[in-house]
Formats: sequence, structure tokens, C-alpha cells
Amino acid sequence: MEGKPARSTSALDRIPGGPGGTVDAGAAPDGPAPSARSGGRRIPQSVLGLLGLVGLVLLIEILPRIGVLPRRYFPPSSEIGSALLDQVGRAEFWQAVGDTLQGWALGLAIAAVAGVVLGILIGSSRLTLELTASTIEFLRPIPSVALIPIAVLLFGTDIESKLLLVVYASFWQVLIQVLYGVQDVDPVAHDTARAYGLGRWARVRYLTWPTALPYVMTGLRLAAAVALILAVTSELVIGNPGLGTLLATAQSSGAIAATYAIVVVTGILGVLVNVGFRAVERRALSWHASQRGDIPV
Amino acid sequence: MTDVLRRVGMTLGLPIVLFAAWWFASAGSTDFFFPPLSRILDSLVEEWFGPRLAADVLPSLLRLTAGYLVAAVGSVALGVLIGTSRTVRGLLEPVLEFFRAIPPPVLVPIFMLIFGIGDGMKIIVIAFGCMWPILLNTVEGVRAVDSVLSDTARTYGITGAARLRRLVLPSASPQIFAGLRQGLSVAIILMVISELFAAENGLGFAVVQAQRSFAIAETWAGVLMLGLLGFLLALLFRVVENRQLAWYHGLRRAQRSS
Amino acid sequence: MLDVRGIKKVYEGKGRTVEAVRDLTFSVDQGELVCIVGPSGSGKTTLLKIMSGLLSPTEGEVLIEGKKVDGPPPGMAVVFQEYGRSLFPWMTVRENVELPLKQKKLPADRRRQLIDDSLAAVGLAEAHTAYPWQLSGGMQQRVAIARAVAYEPQVLLMDEPFAAVDAQTRADLEDLIRDLWHKFRVTTLFVTHDIDEAVYLGQRVLILSSSPTVVRQDLAIDLPDARDQLTTRSSPRFAELRAQVYSQIHRPKEESATAGASRPLAAGPSGGPA
Repeated sequence: MEGKPARSTSALDRIPGGPGGTVDAGAAPDGPAPSARSGGRRIPQSVLGLLGLVGLVLLIEILPRIGVLPRRYFPPSSEIGSALLDQVGRAEFWQAVGDTLQGWALGLAIAAVAGVVLGILIGSSRLTLELTASTIEFLRPIPSVALIPIAVLLFGTDIESKLLLVVYASFWQVLIQVLYGVQDVDPVAHDTARAYGLGRWARVRYLTWPTALPYVMTGLRLAAAVALILAVTSELVIGNPGLGTLLATAQSSGAIAATYAIVVVTGILGVLVNVGFRAVERRALSWHASQRGDIPV
Repeated sequence: MTDVLRRVGMTLGLPIVLFAAWWFASAGSTDFFFPPLSRILDSLVEEWFGPRLAADVLPSLLRLTAGYLVAAVGSVALGVLIGTSRTVRGLLEPVLEFFRAIPPPVLVPIFMLIFGIGDGMKIIVIAFGCMWPILLNTVEGVRAVDSVLSDTARTYGITGAARLRRLVLPSASPQIFAGLRQGLSVAIILMVISELFAAENGLGFAVVQAQRSFAIAETWAGVLMLGLLGFLLALLFRVVENRQLAWYHGLRRAQRSS
Repeated sequence: MLDVRGIKKVYEGKGRTVEAVRDLTFSVDQGELVCIVGPSGSGKTTLLKIMSGLLSPTEGEVLIEGKKVDGPPPGMAVVFQEYGRSLFPWMTVRENVELPLKQKKLPADRRRQLIDDSLAAVGLAEAHTAYPWQLSGGMQQRVAIARAVAYEPQVLLMDEPFAAVDAQTRADLEDLIRDLWHKFRVTTLFVTHDIDEAVYLGQRVLILSSSPTVVRQDLAIDLPDARDQLTTRSSPRFAELRAQVYSQIHRPKEESATAGASRPLAAGPSGGPA
């Protein structure tokens, strides 16, 4: 899985305006934004979103009950809810959550450190960038699940097999973003730094790292989501302890509502990871924008 | 000329070194788990590019294509509908975010339950898993249609279907492609995973069979095959994207250099 | 031709309402070139959006040849200030000009003729296959103008089209507008905040006050029809007219409040045909 930082995908960035006129310098449209069309009685997005979620829960409650969805496979949301409550009361559920999060966090940490260090090393010179480009382009799209057989052969169901998958998948997300970031360093700032006699390490510390930081954050966000997917996948397929194995057990024992409950839990974990890392990323980005003029050179 | 040579050297240098390192390091290997690369390559050519190409690789690719196309067409259509209406978007966005956050492979056991273990289940798993990034990116792209461009289209009477074809879809296409790219990676993952549980053919199925019967060289060869497939599909995607988004890359370059 | 009657526009936001346009009435005759000049915040863009049917007024109405405007009228073309955002970047110059003509369901040979003529008229006969973003800002705005001209509109609206190009390009484009107007005699409304530009281009200049927006003066520009950047701009009459517009715009606020109440349409020494 891969992605770009959100800000790079806007189709039509505004082209900066030229010099202003005589009456006023601003080229902005006058008056308030003409988008306010329908007056002041619009429902806020957050309320709408909540309504949507409530609607989903209601739909899943009603459709199986009136027979639109086969009840055998689609338990109503109240049953899923009580199965969830039942799970939350069990020690083994929390054990499984802990195992999944452990694999996720460890794998992500390893991938992050490796990605950042290698990214800065590779990105520090044109030569290394050019030398490694083809290899990275070849290795990156290799699906991490391709490694499952090897992971099983080498490590069985130990945590190492989970880590292998998680690290492989999330490493590329970090590395690619760091490489983008390192290449984004302002060449003028770079020349200035050299002219003032900053050494290689000082340039990395004061120039490369601050420039690359927002990219690192984007990479971390993407990597965090991928790492969670691979942690659960590994548990499900290889059988390392965690939410994935709990899910497989529930499914094979015919506990449908519990199976759905665990799917919901993985979804909630996913949302938490996304929201959390997005918040961190946003902070890093705003810091970046406001500090941009003051990059120490 | 020297420039071309340099470029070739840069591109092939490291891969050759790595390949040679693997080749020589594993040459006389007696380690059960790390067979010599020569044996792995033999197996790759004989098995994977031999009988297994039609028996396993092709069915996998067909299921992948079917699931991916269903997801792509459906998600773009749905994304346009959702993205156009502020209210629908507000209503559905958290729901969609939730579905996207579910690790797609956990759906395999549930879908097995509902749809059995045939091709249909695998195609549905692939389609259902890879639709979320495509859908969410399309919604975002459609939402972000430039207001001036939109006004321009309106004043020239470009509305309805023409507006969709000439304005909304092209304008959202960079984001749609970003979603399609993410979706493709998920689709490949699900192609493999869906074959691990219950299948009688397929790339994922065959690799795991090889691993369970401790046919080590064949397992490694299967992993190489999967890697090669992922690489080739990504390459194919890039070619299509570069053609479709040539205007966008040009525009970005023009903006950056100004 | 174009009648604007008692236009008022009030935006309602969160607990606060903004009156962007208070009361605007004027009319433009067939084939006229009229400039609307006003300081920023005078609701120029709002007025233009209402005239082009992109926005509906709170009160009043806009008529084109006696027909009320609700929604973009078919015989109108608009050139926006943001040239970079009003051309379709995924289409070549030619395709950009052609799209509205296709939408009008013109036959192919007619389309070809219109495209060739209009691109030649704006001096871009060589740029058909280029993409807009490969062109300079001034050239992009020429493409937008060519697209508008090829559309053969009854009314051409221009919203500060040259506010974002450099001074030299701007002078060239101003002359281009005069040329095109002579050639095609399209009824043209040119919105600007630049006093010199308004006086140089227009047959008439409508001076708007800043909020609340009313027409402060409708000034006929009695400069000779053949204008050029050097002699016209250095003529004494140009300076007089320019000074007159300037003093109207910079008239103190209190005065404008009283003046605004009594719709000062013919307040100037040479009131236009209101």
C-alpha cells in the first residue's frame, strides 16, 4: 500500500497573483465568500456524521430482523453489541488487543527508525539516490504477503514472523516519504549552509531534518495504518496470538456475533490509529508552515 | 553517450551487485531453509513459468482483475454521487472512514461464511477490500473541484453529463488515481490472502502448498513470482497513470518551477 | 440590452449579515463597452456573479433583452480574473476554446472556423496544441478571451481579467480588448479596480462606492475612439477624467451615505444614458 501526502494531491493549486492595481493592492474577490448560499440553517458536519453512524447501526439492526439480510450471517447490531460487551469483559480479549498492539508498535518503531536513517543516508547525496532508485522501485511494490511462506518457514508463529511482515510493509512508506522530504530541501538554503561552513552532520541536523520532518510524519501515518493491517493479517493467516487469531477462533466455532464484534474492534483500532497520527501530522505540518521562513541557515 | 552509460550503470549497478551477492553467498548452501539461488531460479522457470502459469497464476490474475475492476468502477461512480452532495458526504464520511480502517483481510473469514469458498467469494473479498481507498479519494477529488473552473463551466452551459465528463472526472482524476494505486496494492494482498484459506488453485494457494510440503526452493520461487507480479502490475499502473495524468504532471512541474 | 434593476445582495452568515450590494441600477446598450470601477469590497465580483446568473440577488433583477436572468443565460460569456483556474488544464488550448462550442452543438467546420479566427485574433494562432499551463499568464488570459469571443456571446463580462498579469502584458491585453470590441462589437462589461484602465478602455465608466454599494456616478468617456497607450494616456482630457473618477472613489464616507440615498445616477457632469 502506498499513498502521497494529502497536500500533494490537490489538482489545481492556485497560481500566485501578480502585482496589484492602483485602487487596492489586493487581487482577492471583494465581499464575503459567495459560497454562503442557503442561509444559516445548515446542519454541522459533525452532527451529520453522527447521524450517519447511528443510521448504519439502525440499518444493521433492522435489516436482519425483517429478513432483508439473512439473519444467519448478519446478526443485528444489538447482538454484535452484546457480543462486544461480552468480549470486553474477558481477559483473553485484552490479551489479544495487547498482542496485536505490541506487534504493531514494535514493527512500526523498527520500520520508522530504519526508514528515517536509511532515507537520510540515501538522500544525502545524488549518487546514492541514483544508485538505489531502481532497487527501491523494484522492491517497494512487492506485496508483503508474499513473504508469508518465508516468515512461516523461518519463524513459525513467533512474534518475529509478524514483525517481518509489519516491518517490510511499513518500512517503504516511511522511506519513500523521507526521500521526498530530503529532496525538498531548498537548494539556496543548502548552498548558504555550505557557504557558512556547516559540516555534513550540522546540515542534516539543522537543514535536512527540519525540512523532512513533515514528510516523516506523513510517512508515519501511512505506515501506522499499514502496520495494523499486516499485524492482524499475520495473526489471521500465520496464527501469531492477537486479535486475528481470536477472530479466526470465533469464526470457526460459529460465534458469528463475536466474529463481527472483533471486526468492529479492529475497525475502531484502525480509526484511532488514523485519527491519532493525522493529528500528529497536522501539528507537524502547521509547525512547518509557520516556521518555514525561519529555517536555520 | 557517456551519459547513457552512466544512467544504465546507475540503474543496473546495485541490482546486479545484490543478485551476485545472493548467488555466490547461497551457491554451495546446504542450509535447508536457504537453498542456492540457482535452484530457486530453476524452480521459478520450470514450475512457475511452466505448468503453474496457466494452472495457478492465471486464475489468480483473473480474480484480481474482476474484483479490482468491479471496485474501481463502482467506487468511482459512488464517489461521484457522494462527493457531489454536501449532505450525503457529511452523513457518510465517518461511516466510510470506519470501513476503510477495518483491515481488509479480517473480512475473509466472514465472507467465506456468507459466500462459500468459490471464485465469487474471492472476487467479492478483493472488490470489497480495495474499494475504500478508491471511494474516499474520489469523494475528496470531486469535492475539491475548483470553484472558478466550476463557474466557468456553468456560464458556458456545461452541465449535467457534460459537466461530469469534462469537468468533474478529469479534475478529480489525480486523486482517483491515487486511490486506484492504493486500491491495487490492497487488491494484490487480498488476492493472496483469499487463496490461503480455501482454494484449489491460485498463486497464494500454490505457494502455501509448497511451504507446507517443505518444497523450499519452490516456496522461494513462488515468493519471487509474487514479487515479480506486484512489480509488473505497479509498472503497468504507472504507464497508464502517466498517460492519463500527463497534463497533471506537466501542470505540477510548471507550478513548481515558477 | 442589459438592464440591472435595483439589485441588492445580502449574505447571511453565522449570526451576522453582510450587505455586499445595496441598490444597483444601470443599463448597457447594444454594442457598448462599459467599465465598472470600484474599490475592493465594493461588491464588484458579487455584481458580476449576479449578472452572469451564478448568484441570485436578494432583491431586484437582471434583464437581458427583456428576459429575466435566472441561472447562466445562454448568450453570455465570462472572463474571470483567475486565468490559471478558469482554463481546463487537461485540455489543450484548442480543446478549451472548442468545448463551449461543442456544448452549443455547432457543426465541426463552423467550430473549426470560430476557433481559428478567435485564436488568431488574440495572437495565438501558433498555440493550438499547447496546454494552458505551458503558456505565460498573459497568454493564458488570451486563451480565455479567445474562448469567450469564439462563443459569440451577446454580452461579454470580464471580472478584473488583468489584475494578475504584469504591467506590460496588461497594456497589450487592454489594446487587445479594444481591438476585439471594434472587430466583433460585442456588448462588453469590464470590471476593474484600476482607474486608468477603466478610463482607457470604456465608453462609459460606472463608479461604484464601497459598502454599501451603489452607483456613485455614470461617467461618459469622451476620449476619441482610436486610443493608444501613449497618446491617449498622456492627453489632458484623460488626466481630467482620471482625476474625476479618483475623487469620486475617494469621496469621504459620510457624503457617500447621503449621496447613496438619492441614487446619484446623473450626478456627474456628463451623465450617461441610464
